[in-house]
Amino acid sequence: MHLRENRTQLREEWARRVTEDQLLTAMTKEEIFAEATTVYDNYVAVLETGSVEALQAYARDLSERIIPRGVEANEVVGIVLLLRDVLGRSLLKKYQSDLVLLNRVMDAYEPASNRIANTVAVSFVQERERIIRQQQEAIRELSTPVLQVRERLLILPIIGVIDSQRARQVTEQLLRGIRANRAKVVVIDITGVPTVDSTVANHLVQTVDASRLMGATVIVTGLSSEIAQTLVTIGVDLTKMKTVGDLQGGIEEAERLLGYKVILEESAKESETP
Amino acid sequence: MRVPILKQGGYLIASVQSALTDRDLLDLRDNLAQQVGKFRSRGVIIDVTSLDVLDSFAVRTLRTLAQMIRLRGAETVIAGIQPEIAFAMVQLGLDLGDVATALDLEEGLVLLERRTSGGGRRAKRSGN
Repeated sequence: MHLRENRTQLREEWARRVTEDQLLTAMTKEEIFAEATTVYDNYVAVLETGSVEALQAYARDLSERIIPRGVEANEVVGIVLLLRDVLGRSLLKKYQSDLVLLNRVMDAYEPASNRIANTVAVSFVQERERIIRQQQEAIRELSTPVLQVRERLLILPIIGVIDSQRARQVTEQLLRGIRANRAKVVVIDITGVPTVDSTVANHLVQTVDASRLMGATVIVTGLSSEIAQTLVTIGVDLTKMKTVGDLQGGIEEAERLLGYKVILEESAKESETP
Repeated sequence: MRVPILKQGGYLIASVQSALTDRDLLDLRDNLAQQVGKFRSRGVIIDVTSLDVLDSFAVRTLRTLAQMIRLRGAETVIAGIQPEIAFAMVQLGLDLGDVATALDLEEGLVLLERRTSGGGRRAKRSGN
């Protein structure tokens, strides 16, 4: 078949145009050429057989490799459409003289190449969504550690933005932690929460209330002056909450509530007596 | 189902074993208020560990129960609220007011001990 015979020439033409259009700038010329060879062969194979499965698998694999390097969807679709254009033109040139044959060739070529563009784009987006989902899950699992620092004392450092779903998850995890560790005091540190609005404040109030129902006292620490000002301005009622300036103060207060006393020994070693 | 009320020293322990109807709850409230006076108890613990539902009526009844007990001169502690229930309660905006809560029965007893000790006349009584 014509496209296979002129493989080298067409492939180079394509790679040249990809570089010309400044696509795939994240990859080196050699890399582009290597990938282009595989893509080209896959492309032609699909045109011949009409089966997109192999290409689909390849596109997914390729996406997995190039997404972390910052390749955008428009680039991927762009190169496939370029290849389609290059091959189409070459076919046009070759069969120009015989309009009937050209018609037949185009009838076969157009739908197949459309399907390829479609497949590649969908594979790319799917792969990207899969990665995003994976990362979201990873963040979610990392984001809410409930840590025991003393017998019956838990700390819960919250870092990042709190939305409803996360607030719910934090609360559930904390409540489970309270039961599992038989905690009496919990210190929630929100130093790492960038902004607090009324929704977040309400989530906090809910968490505190729920913990109280489980018999635990909650101390909130790490309210910055900006956050304090916002809360006062929007008029959130935080009177039910015990707040201490920083995490250290919070833990000291919690120790006091639990009856711990930390004394500095002469040898400058810390020890504690319950 | 009737809720058994156990006397333990100066305290009464109501251990809820199964889901309660509204009628059961009201009976529990009246019985406790009555027995607090009869046994001259200093504190009441309502253990709800085995409950997996607390509706608004139950919460309201527990709140009024605690207020009644306080008027009768004793303290009330709700012990053993499950995490799921605690979460559902705050979501639904159900509030136990200033009723004391504890993780479980043991914690509840410790809490009552602390709240009612040093209370003069009653603290001197040896538990009978």
